[in-house]
Amino acid sequence: MVEMLGLLLIFMIIGAVIAIETKNLLSSVISVGAVGFGLSIAFLMLRAPDIAITQVVVEVLCLVILIRATISRDVTGISCDREFFAVVCAAVFLIAIFLFGIKALLALPEFGTPVMLLIKSAPTNTYISEGLKQTGAANIVSAILLDYRAYDTLGEATVLFTAILGGLAILRRKAKKEVTQIVEDKE
Amino acid sequence: MIYLLTFVLFSIGLYGVVTKKNTVKIVISLVIMEYAVNLFLVLLGYRKGGIAPIMEKGQEIQEFAAATVDPLPQALVLTAIVIGLGVLALMVSLCIRLYEKYGTFDISEMKRLKG
Amino acid sequence: MKGMTLIVKTVTRWVKGFIFLFGLYIILFGHLTPGGGFAGGVILACSYILLTLAYSKEVAHRSLSRAVASELDSVGALIFLSIALLGIYFGGGFFVNFIHRLSPGEPFRFLSAGIIPLCNVAIGIKVGSSLFMIFVILSAMRVIVRKSDNGREIIDNRRKHPR
Repeated sequence: MVEMLGLLLIFMIIGAVIAIETKNLLSSVISVGAVGFGLSIAFLMLRAPDIAITQVVVEVLCLVILIRATISRDVTGISCDREFFAVVCAAVFLIAIFLFGIKALLALPEFGTPVMLLIKSAPTNTYISEGLKQTGAANIVSAILLDYRAYDTLGEATVLFTAILGGLAILRRKAKKEVTQIVEDKE
Repeated sequence: MIYLLTFVLFSIGLYGVVTKKNTVKIVISLVIMEYAVNLFLVLLGYRKGGIAPIMEKGQEIQEFAAATVDPLPQALVLTAIVIGLGVLALMVSLCIRLYEKYGTFDISEMKRLKG
Repeated sequence: MKGMTLIVKTVTRWVKGFIFLFGLYIILFGHLTPGGGFAGGVILACSYILLTLAYSKEVAHRSLSRAVASELDSVGALIFLSIALLGIYFGGGFFVNFIHRLSPGEPFRFLSAGIIPLCNVAIGIKVGSSLFMIFVILSAMRVIVRKSDNGREIIDNRRKHPR
């Protein structure tokens, strides 16, 4: 089980490296799709069917949006000249973060023991043992999402609403007309 | 060990954000970072040999509570995934707008055109 | 002929109803089985996006226009908020599961769990219509880049075929 998860993660890491390093934007987008579907299988192995379903569907939509954004443009290939100084800075910074991360990850409890076992007063224990009686929902994730922590869902709805408003404001028609006029003036 | 692999995935995304110049590449790196964080949060709630946090008919609550994985990170990650999709759409629309204005996806190119 | 080939169109005509039905099932049984408003809403949006991709924007807008989608978006948010506010009147707090407190249904049946199925429906409407809106906004933009005389690329936002 743990070995399978590790193999899946290595596959995802390879996909991520290809996605970032390849020159063609379309193959880069498709590699991200591979990473996302691997993530969904990982969620299924971790006994989280709710997130696995959501991840599959969201990944499909994500791919459609990214492909629509890139494929209709004429430039799919990208130039790859890099500044040496920037890469060196990034490498040093990444090594520092990585060392810190190893130290921090060693302090965590071993894989396979959730926090709710270590702390008896964790809220999850209440949710699990009282969830069916208090909310009547057999799906505890659903009970947490829409009853115990419904404020979270409200905030999520607000963020989604704001994202659409932002998209509309950025891509609205009025701005389009102005650009057209400028082009005409040049001609 | 598993945590470390997740962290490697996160670092790859961070490397992409810091070094790449193409705006679509930066968006893709951010998506990879988001995946890594989601996976890490769900990994924290996993119990060895656990079952999914969904009760079945005729199951005792005590028995269920002793075997299930942690449902709290799952609920939070579920919202995070959908928010990630909204943010992705916002970033992509920014990229399209910048492409319209400057005719390129390259950041350094944009800087040069502006100055 | 706009849209994709005949094969894709025929398969879409057969499959779109089943996708929509599956989305509804995921939303309505979210409190008993894996799923819920988020996943179901995205599946509903996907069924319309498939229609847009296979046929054209006009065919998809005949069944769900952009104005209706934006109204559905607001309606979903309003249903969700009014359920939360009714909780103050009947149960004494924001987001109190008042239906379950007043008349608890039998567990593992469809009519149990109080406000959770209603909230799932509201979230499903909201997420589905807003994601469809995002797709429509993004796909409405088409940029045509052409070379001008002096060799520099200029951006032309006008339509390819003016009316």
